[in-house]
Amino acid sequence: MKEGQILNLDTECYHCGDGFSGRPIRFDDKNFCCDGCKSVYSILNKSDLCEYYDINAQPGITQKKYRKDKFAFLDLIEVQQKLIKYSDTNQVHLTFYLPQMHCSSCLWLLENIQKLNSGIISSTVNFNKKEVFIIFHPDVTSLRKVVETLADIGYEPHISLDDLDRKQTLRPNRTRLYKIGVAGFCFSNVMMLSVPEYVLGAGELEPEIALVFNILKVSLAIPILFYSASEFFVSAWKGLKHKFLNIDAPIALALIVTFGRSLYELLSGTGEGYLDSMSGIVFFMLIGRWLQDRTQQAVSFDRDFKSFFPIAVNVLKDGTSTPTTVDKIREGDLIQIHSQEIIPVDGMLSKGEAMIDYSFVSGESVPVSVAKGEIVYAGGKQTGGKIELLVVKEVSQSYLTNLWNKEVDASENDNTIIDTISTYFTYIVFIIGALAGAYWYMNGETRLMWNALTTILIVACPCALLLSSNFTNGNILRILSLNKFYLRSPKIIEKMSNISHVVFDKTGTLTQRRRSKVTYEGQILNKEIQNKITAILSQYSHPLTDAILEYLECTPDFEVTDFKLIEGKGVEAWVDEHHFKIGSPEFLGLKNDTIKGSKVVVGIDGEIKGIFHISNVYRFGIFDLIQKMKDTFKLSVISGDNDAEWQVLKEYFDKDDLLFYQKPDDKLKYIEHLQNNSSANVMMIGDGLNDAGALRQSNVGIAITDSDNTFTPASDGIIDAQRIANLDKFLAFAKDGRKIIGVSFFVSILYNIVGLYFAVQGILSPLIAAILMPSSSISIILITYGMSEWMAKYRGLTKIKSKV
Amino acid sequence: MSAIIIMLIISVMIAGGFLIAFLWSVKDGQFDDDFSPAHRMLFDSKSKEDTKTNI
Repeated sequence: MKEGQILNLDTECYHCGDGFSGRPIRFDDKNFCCDGCKSVYSILNKSDLCEYYDINAQPGITQKKYRKDKFAFLDLIEVQQKLIKYSDTNQVHLTFYLPQMHCSSCLWLLENIQKLNSGIISSTVNFNKKEVFIIFHPDVTSLRKVVETLADIGYEPHISLDDLDRKQTLRPNRTRLYKIGVAGFCFSNVMMLSVPEYVLGAGELEPEIALVFNILKVSLAIPILFYSASEFFVSAWKGLKHKFLNIDAPIALALIVTFGRSLYELLSGTGEGYLDSMSGIVFFMLIGRWLQDRTQQAVSFDRDFKSFFPIAVNVLKDGTSTPTTVDKIREGDLIQIHSQEIIPVDGMLSKGEAMIDYSFVSGESVPVSVAKGEIVYAGGKQTGGKIELLVVKEVSQSYLTNLWNKEVDASENDNTIIDTISTYFTYIVFIIGALAGAYWYMNGETRLMWNALTTILIVACPCALLLSSNFTNGNILRILSLNKFYLRSPKIIEKMSNISHVVFDKTGTLTQRRRSKVTYEGQILNKEIQNKITAILSQYSHPLTDAILEYLECTPDFEVTDFKLIEGKGVEAWVDEHHFKIGSPEFLGLKNDTIKGSKVVVGIDGEIKGIFHISNVYRFGIFDLIQKMKDTFKLSVISGDNDAEWQVLKEYFDKDDLLFYQKPDDKLKYIEHLQNNSSANVMMIGDGLNDAGALRQSNVGIAITDSDNTFTPASDGIIDAQRIANLDKFLAFAKDGRKIIGVSFFVSILYNIVGLYFAVQGILSPLIAAILMPSSSISIILITYGMSEWMAKYRGLTKIKSKV
Repeated sequence: MSAIIIMLIISVMIAGGFLIAFLWSVKDGQFDDDFSPAHRMLFDSKSKEDTKTNI
């Protein structure tokens, strides 16, 4: 992943490649950024697994220590039953989802994991799905120990509430590959059997041989029609039932007519049929569909809140804590939440200091302190120490669950441009057919009439149209996913090409998550005072103080006395005979002026010394992106956070298009308002659960993710945060896609005109059909592939190294 | 004349053999993951243990 770069092991961690925020930890002559990375290295070193670092440099993942009994819930029988696929006395089979997996080093390490835990019999990685299939011996080790082994080396499996409800992941759909295989076999053999007829002309073969050939041809065409092409019939039938003519309907009709007519010709001995053309078309169309539908298996677009929730929490009863699955938690239970855990139920705080980070639910970037007796809502993340909650509402009734259920069930309009065109196309073909048929009927040529009617339907099949959209979309999806922009389905490309209004979330989308910029204004603080402030602020943890500590970069060596923390306001303390008061402007007796931002005021002995401004850090290239997009799209920002960043953003956006203090509901309504009032096609880009409603309401909802292992709400697409600056290119590329489909459609129309020229006269011979149809298919494939590659190059989207 | 028919039967049977091989490989999961096997074979196995236990 970092090949080609010069490794700088003096400034970057040997394990994970992150820079050092303080002094690196030396171990075994190597630098590490944190204890976690060091401990992974030492585990691997001990078991002689350091080849991990030879395959790829710095392959690790920043490691966080997990709590000792974090995985205690895996000892519960009911949890085990849900996770385990198969078990007997000698072996247990199960699959874990490891979102951290990203390179061949991961693959190597995970498949050598039995060196770390002798109870593991074997482990096999499916890299595309980021899954590892493990077989272990239940007498030697346990489920919990296996998970702990994985977590120790930085691959903590993602086990969520979702896994409890759902059956184990489905096998990948292999049916289409079977169909392609069968179609390819039958197509090539039918083609081979038809060659003598092309060369010699019809009726020149010896009758016995011709009979054998014909029997074989028909028996090879039958599996194509009834097995390989079955999805066209199914889809056409579904469309017709809803009184809707989709593109599969004319294709299904053409296939039936071709087969029927060929059968008639072969039986009556009047010709040799069009079975070769029919088989070829089915084969090409199936390949097109397969290419288009090869979506990212590892990216899940349908996550709901359950994927974010822990599977179990500790319930306190009579002084002892027992892990309990979340769905078994009842009102009135007392639960324990540890630092950095997500709260799965609404509860009343009964013990401990709660600093709840609701950024995922509300978009608010600063954690909220909750007083004892107040309600803590599900979906919040505890950032302080250990707390205890009295459950008020069960998981199925919590505020967050309601929020989720209230969301619009966006009635998807499946009518794509291809379907629309194909409807017209079908009508035109019918009209031509009727006119030609009527003409020959008037002239008394009934045989020619049937000839013309059927061959028109055969040759004017909109397969080329289907091929052009399948191959173009398939290649666009592939190129976009190389750029770490994953789309749920090919339909989204077309929707993207119609976007007129782009709405951004602020926290986590325009700005970086968990990173802030500090500026100081006021009297200059000398080193000594800075040191004292550090000493005070090191006493407790809060995102704002953490940011200031990072900014000051001091190691405290003063003693703090009479430390007093006033939740939500600030701190008071004595250091070296001086009285320090650090906190919000109100706390220091200042009036908070117009714009509420994140400010920390420092006062010493009753005198205000200065103010730290803590502001968001914008993602790299985001303002360039906005400048570039401004002319083509209408842009808005909608944030659940305060308006501290208004000053910065008003430079780039229209004042009316900047909205702050928006609840999740407001966001949804805003999108709806845009769609109804200015009939805009809205693209929403957001990251949290608070955007989930808006993401669904919008025409295209894109979720942004910081690393591969963070979880995103349900959306139409997922984009890597590093690549957000390319958004304008992606949108332009989607528009190109439509042009490419247009061009290739035009080419297919030319082929159709040639074919129809013969067909209306009733003289379309199987040879002409056999030349025209495959050559139109192949030229369409070449045009779509070539043009989409060229366009990607033109937009600068191809110079991307693959992920390994 | 009959030679052609015999040849034909043989050729269809050979092609059928390849079809069966393909269907078998799909069923075996060889097309499910195109990353792992390609990289797995490049690892030097220092240990004698067989790491390629397949499903």
